[in-house]
Amino acid sequence: MAPITVTIKLFAHFRHGRFKEADHQFPPGVACREVILGLGFRLGEMGIVMVNGQHAPLDHPLSERDTLALFPLVGGG
Amino acid sequence: MDKILRVNMTDLTTAVEEVPAEWAGLGGRALTSTIVAKEVPPTCHALGPNNKLVFAPGLLSGTAASNSGRLSAGAKSPLTGGIKESNVGGTAAQMFARLGIKALIVEGMPKGEGWYALKVGKDGVTIEEERGLLGLGNFAVIDALQALLGKKTGVIAIGPAGEMKLTSANISVKDPSGKIRSHGRGGLGAVMGSKRIKFIAIDDEGAPGIQLADPEAFKRASRVFTKALMDHPVSGQGLPTYGTNVLVNILHEAGGLPTRNFTHGQFDGHEQICGETMHDTIVARGGKPRHGCHAGCVIQCSQVYHDKEGQYLTSGFEYETIWGLGANCLIAELDDIALADNLMDDLGIDSIETAVAFGVAMEAGLLPWGDGKEVVRILREEIGKGTALGRVIGSGAGAVGRTYGVTRVPVVKNQAIPAYDPRSVKGIGITYCTSPMGADHTAGYTIATNILNVGGQVDPLKKEGQVELSRNLQIATAAIDSTGMCIFIAFPALDIPECLPALIAMINARFGAKLTGEDVTGLGKTVLKLERAFNLAAGLTSADDRLPEFFSSDPVTPHQAVWDFTNEEIDAFWDF
Repeated sequence: MAPITVTIKLFAHFRHGRFKEADHQFPPGVACREVILGLGFRLGEMGIVMVNGQHAPLDHPLSERDTLALFPLVGGG
Repeated sequence: MDKILRVNMTDLTTAVEEVPAEWAGLGGRALTSTIVAKEVPPTCHALGPNNKLVFAPGLLSGTAASNSGRLSAGAKSPLTGGIKESNVGGTAAQMFARLGIKALIVEGMPKGEGWYALKVGKDGVTIEEERGLLGLGNFAVIDALQALLGKKTGVIAIGPAGEMKLTSANISVKDPSGKIRSHGRGGLGAVMGSKRIKFIAIDDEGAPGIQLADPEAFKRASRVFTKALMDHPVSGQGLPTYGTNVLVNILHEAGGLPTRNFTHGQFDGHEQICGETMHDTIVARGGKPRHGCHAGCVIQCSQVYHDKEGQYLTSGFEYETIWGLGANCLIAELDDIALADNLMDDLGIDSIETAVAFGVAMEAGLLPWGDGKEVVRILREEIGKGTALGRVIGSGAGAVGRTYGVTRVPVVKNQAIPAYDPRSVKGIGITYCTSPMGADHTAGYTIATNILNVGGQVDPLKKEGQVELSRNLQIATAAIDSTGMCIFIAFPALDIPECLPALIAMINARFGAKLTGEDVTGLGKTVLKLERAFNLAAGLTSADDRLPEFFSSDPVTPHQAVWDFTNEEIDAFWDF
């Protein structure tokens, strides 16, 4: 099957030594967890995981043109 | 012995009173709201002689407890027509507490045109006539008082906006760097202006200090509490590094960043104004990415922001201000927003109310979208000089909407809605509707659980669980606001089991009390209910616990979310 393109956005200190936003290719249905681990993160570092602007569980399967946004545990108010 | 200071501005007399037994266990918001509810006729004019302005440090203020230096101010609000409590960092709360001042109550109103200053010290409070500092901005007032009374003097002041009794006027409090923190919301600066008090100077020389009932137990609990604050990723790392402005990108991504006067949920210019960009800019220009608003703050979410030449531009540069002028007014230039922030501090106006008022003014065509230079000009030349236009904008978003016939006016109880769209973050919409304070995100910060995954998870786009979430957080917040604690201790308190018991243990060790978690929750409920009762007696009704109509009719991008709670669902908030 043809690979899918997913836009990955990183925030706060996740950007250090990596990138702000980049398109990556994955096998169809790849889970958020695999993408996160593939970027060299530990799962415990994840504060917020959003797919297309909505919170998603780590086993959420990704589709063509999805946007995956990863935030460490941060907050404000 | 703790005491109550009472100042009568009608006959210019002062008194030192014993603390009534029923107020002994109260502090901060619990005390200001209790005093306002007991002594202020709810239907009085907020800027008339029957309103009272009350200041109270929190229960733990003045102790070594981390983050306990918040000062509450309370009165009937000239903006909302209901009760108001607004709390602030700075140095005044700890000075009041060390002086044994449980509360300072200012009542009455002078008959003539004269202005006054209050001097608070170990022997009580005196009233003096004031001429020299009238008309000056807050920074000049603080500088002059430090030159006159010494660097250590505490200052609580109003700027020109408070002197003009504008309903977005705030009360400024000197911070440890000689800059400003604000009792921001609800127009309390106008109440102080109506009493014709330009400033309150505080001298804590010879203060008796705090007597702890059980110093050892206090030390033990304090250690646990501080460790929880440092261990939690939000209070220990996120807030110190990026400040509150880290939220720009989070809310943009979640589609909850109100943009172009609440037309959209995302802002194309978010990267130019976000916390990550701000952090890098501060570091590159030699500013300070970390800064505490009061001594003893271990979170240090504030910062000092320099201009391109490396000179001080502003501090305490918060997400809500940056969102308000940034996304909401389409100003994608952080330096323009920083300059406006500094001017708002100097004029003494609420940076949330004013930023939202500018958004409504742009919608009305009074100035172009995104024109930061014109915002700066209006702040200086119109609001600063008290022109008719300046007074309209300085009276808040509701006033601008009514004056210019705008229907998209984001307010609840006439107080501007802050930086989180209630259509796409529904829990915060319940807080905006039901808080006795009017639209106020800090009153029950559901963003923690709706967006940040702190204290569990409640889907921000669904209605389920939002009323209960907002209720629990508003009850907890009313209690925390009474302790003198910064609301950001809620992040560790929601996630780390030792945190809240340690906070209660500190209160018990301070006063020799035996409070339980249930007592503290009970205090929060009592405070909310007495505030609500004041509002109902003032003439507000459940019809005031509603969002403006456009939130129900106009979907917001990108989720096409609308506000879809029924009146009955909202009113169920009060079933406790």
